[in-house]
Amino acid sequence: MSEPLSSQFVNLLAALLLLLAFAMLSQRRVLTLIKLLAWQGAALAASTAIVAYATGQMHLYFSAGLTLVLKVILIPWVLHRLIDRLYIRWDVETLINIPTTMLTGIGLAIFAFSLATPISQMASTITRSTLGIALATVLLSFLMMIVRRKAVPQVIGFLAMENGLFFAATSATYGMPLVVELGVALDVLVGTFIFGIFFFHIREQFDSLDIRHMEKLRED
Amino acid sequence: MEIALVLGVPLAGALLLALFGHRRWAPEANAVMSLGTLVAAALLTARVIADGPFAAFDEQFFVDPFNVFLVALTAFVAFTTTLFSRPYMRTEEHHKRLNSARLRLYHSMYQLFTFTMLLTLLSNNVGMLWVAMEGATLTTVLLVSLYRTPASLEAAWKYFILCSVGIAQALFGTILLYFAAEKVLGAGGNALLWTHLYQVRSDLEPTVLSLAFVFMLVGYGTKVGLAPLHNWLPDAHAEGPTPISAVLSGLLLNVALYAVVRSKVLVDGALERNFSGGLMMGFGLLSVVVAAFFLSRQKDIKRMFAYSSIEHMGIMTFAFGMGGPVAAFAGLLHMTVHSLTKSAIFFTVGHASQACGTQDMGAIRGLIQQSPTIGWGLALGSLAILGMPPFGVFTSEFMVLTTAMREHPWATPFLLVALGVAFAAIFGKVQPMVFGETTAQRLPHPPALVPVFVHLAIVLMLGLYIPPYLVDWYRQAAAFIG
Repeated sequence: MSEPLSSQFVNLLAALLLLLAFAMLSQRRVLTLIKLLAWQGAALAASTAIVAYATGQMHLYFSAGLTLVLKVILIPWVLHRLIDRLYIRWDVETLINIPTTMLTGIGLAIFAFSLATPISQMASTITRSTLGIALATVLLSFLMMIVRRKAVPQVIGFLAMENGLFFAATSATYGMPLVVELGVALDVLVGTFIFGIFFFHIREQFDSLDIRHMEKLRED
Repeated sequence: MEIALVLGVPLAGALLLALFGHRRWAPEANAVMSLGTLVAAALLTARVIADGPFAAFDEQFFVDPFNVFLVALTAFVAFTTTLFSRPYMRTEEHHKRLNSARLRLYHSMYQLFTFTMLLTLLSNNVGMLWVAMEGATLTTVLLVSLYRTPASLEAAWKYFILCSVGIAQALFGTILLYFAAEKVLGAGGNALLWTHLYQVRSDLEPTVLSLAFVFMLVGYGTKVGLAPLHNWLPDAHAEGPTPISAVLSGLLLNVALYAVVRSKVLVDGALERNFSGGLMMGFGLLSVVVAAFFLSRQKDIKRMFAYSSIEHMGIMTFAFGMGGPVAAFAGLLHMTVHSLTKSAIFFTVGHASQACGTQDMGAIRGLIQQSPTIGWGLALGSLAILGMPPFGVFTSEFMVLTTAMREHPWATPFLLVALGVAFAAIFGKVQPMVFGETTAQRLPHPPALVPVFVHLAIVLMLGLYIPPYLVDWYRQAAAFIG
């Protein structure tokens, strides 16, 4: 594969990643959200593998494999099990004002690109133009966590943010050292399990996974 | 070798207590493991005093004057907290607020939490520092919700979401740092090693580093509890079990601030102007002012002292932001005395709220009649944290204030007003709790008050006389923070 071709592929996948982030922002069904998260993980794994192939960095293959196992298979599987056990597989969230959220999202994406431009010009990696996309994905997931009122979509937003961060690491630097990536992956996995335990506790206590029940602690 | 011991003992303790944490002797086992960690930390300190700073295990871990003093402090407070936790958790079990399965979770996670904090401090790899810091959140989140009440679940959820999102920003900052470092040090593991980064800090790309610092300050600053990112802190402190409030306030906040200061040292090397210092001073001052004005509105005793922690973390951040040998010395001293005083206060607060059966300050009255030691502990602890001479908090706050007057006179009125408001708020609320007609009951297990008075005695000593080797130590660390 010639370098321009592989870099075009990475750009394509990066665009897909951003598109999926926008799709998640406007998606109301919990089940579809999990599918979108798995697809985002797949796009991330594929782009990491292409960068690995194009640059011959062995440790990026590990990273791609790790992403595939963790973010495409394991975490979506855990989430599927969770929504089955919590009987919320067919939950539909009422989202107010999707157009405003999308417009805010576009604003965030533009902000991310302008912030990333001076840095990407310094990068020597083949994927440098995608740093803006990575930052935009992080910010969009952040926005998703703010606008969602239910626990599961909030956690999916958090995991999407982690995807964006991993993409930033590959696009700016060809990936962090392996030991760090392993540590981060471990944290994400443990975090997902703890979130899972939490869902049951919240559900037991409030009979619902709606965060609105949990706004009692405030200054009066 | 000593490093392996410092990290290995709490890890072994976590495994042991994961298996036996529900047994009758588990609180004692918890204390013994923490004592082991303290001994290991003392050995490490002795070696650093004898041989100077060193790195170990392929340079993945390192010790220098800055982190060794925090390691010693962390191990010490973690040990005294286990002493307090013994009667406290037994009383909670007696009051049927906890069962043995929860106690097992508590004991095991307590050791694991100590381990993650020590790993954060000793790690030379900036990436591993992030991983360990996130680990510290993960181990404490289930402890905050240990009582499984609606309020504690809400607090834990807020803590988890806010700190995870915050720390994700810090990861982005770390990626940017690696991006800048890789150009100088080459790809691979070395480019994230702090000791290597420190040597080449003036060659790092300034634009990237300043952006990286903003992300790291916001990320780790969320864990420090800097305003306006402090929302999780009062809830997590008020709803979790009191030993956890003590270690969160006394230790975790320090460890998070340590991460901020480490990043600052690198950025200051790369940038000409004092960019990081200005940001830290701004965030610090804002936290001091915001916390001071929230203090007077609190009804819950643990919430009030949580806001006081935000205030003091603000003072330290401000001190490190000012920079220079005196301010950095004051910041380090304040880290020590705040950690000791605040954990001592939480120990007495824990026993006081158990004795009165509530955390509502309006219902806690006349502690001194039922138990003079609890009453005096709370009164003296509050006076110490309010910066009364001759306690050590006075010394460090005095140094911060005088440096601020000389170098940044505009900041002094804010600091003085905030300290005054905080004084009025806390003193006015503690006084009726200590004196007057009592509402307290006898505790089923005799309270552990030795740690309280040991902590306060050390704080008093640091106010009157700082031993020369400690001064040396602070000076070396301060010189290096700059």
